Amino acid sequence: MSTSRRDLLKAAGITILGVGGAAPIIAKNARAQAIAPAPPELKGRKHALAIEATKCETCPNQTACIDACHTEFNVPHWEDHEEEIKWLWKESLAEVFPGRVNERTSEELKHRPTLVLCNHCEHPPCVKVCPTKATFKREDGPVMMDMHRCIGCRYCIVGCPYGSRSFNWKNPMKHFEEQGGPPNPDYPIRGKGVVEKCTLCPERLAAGKQPACVEACQAKGAGALMYGDLEDESSDIRKHIQSRITARRKAELGTSPQVFYTL
Amino acid sequence: MQGGPIVFTGLGLLVVAGVSPFLLSLGSGGDGTPPDLTDVLERARAKGTCVEEAGHMRDAHMDLLNDWRDTVVRDGQRYYERDGEQVMMSLTRTCLDCHGSREEFCTKCHDYLGVTPHCWDCHLDTVPAKKVEAGQ
Repeated sequence: MSTSRRDLLKAAGITILGVGGAAPIIAKNARAQAIAPAPPELKGRKHALAIEATKCETCPNQTACIDACHTEFNVPHWEDHEEEIKWLWKESLAEVFPGRVNERTSEELKHRPTLVLCNHCEHPPCVKVCPTKATFKREDGPVMMDMHRCIGCRYCIVGCPYGSRSFNWKNPMKHFEEQGGPPNPDYPIRGKGVVEKCTLCPERLAAGKQPACVEACQAKGAGALMYGDLEDESSDIRKHIQSRITARRKAELGTSPQVFYTL
Repeated sequence: MQGGPIVFTGLGLLVVAGVSPFLLSLGSGGDGTPPDLTDVLERARAKGTCVEEAGHMRDAHMDLLNDWRDTVVRDGQRYYERDGEQVMMSLTRTCLDCHGSREEFCTKCHDYLGVTPHCWDCHLDTVPAKKVEAGQ
């Protein structure tokens, strides 16, 4: 039987399509095999944080959580307010909950320092506006940053209604050089020109540990911070939130913050 | 020929511009002998095999590291399997644990080849104190 030129070309085309189509699948499988399953980690379907407001306000060690966070993640401290890098910090109550103060509220209460961080929104505007997908929402809740992809456009800073994002105007190493190096050699610093924020400690969760701020709060502070899985009905945070009056920052914007302030 | 000097001056400048990279690199970049990594590699070998076979690492370590980066940051998976053993996908911890320091290992070769990766702009090459205490 002789093969016509037409049949030969058809067969060649089909073969090429077949190999081309299968190659990515083969490559993906080859890579997947090399990835090992994770050791015990804090898994959850919806990671969230609760701040017990009264306990937090009266905490004897007001900076334990902030120090722990900023040491763990090599967050530089700049004197100039405009260049500040903030992962976990304090803001006046009137700024944090503008709708909860009125003209009769005392000045003291209006200016009372309130703990704030990234709200790890259910519908994060920062993720929507990021042109490079450098910031993304993990399936289990945390809004993460991939610093490798950030091009420093700062759309996310404009998009975030909570001011939870900071831009590196300077190389953080300049700050750490005076102190003999960054405090945690295990975690990278960031480059000049990228945006950063609280990531809800994915590397700690992967190691089965609580976020740094929660751990420090429970060990050295008033035990006002609580972390857990909201989808787990038996979790402490779920029970806590069910039984308390909660407030979320600017929830009316539809971002659905996953940081709950409880009373 | 009309405009001859201008044309030839222009051509001359073009030739100079064309060879300028070669002229500028004269005298820099050492004598062209490959860096000697024997000591560093001996020390690394004493700690066992690398995450992949040495030849593959030499050719494709950059792809492997890019893969590690995406897998860790975006997929949240942190361990790589090598002969049934789990290795943490970490530049500072895993790579430097055997290869010593960035200066001794990475930089020597990258300088010789004239490549400037940005890994160490942010990742730290200090071996974590805990490891030093443990005598490793």
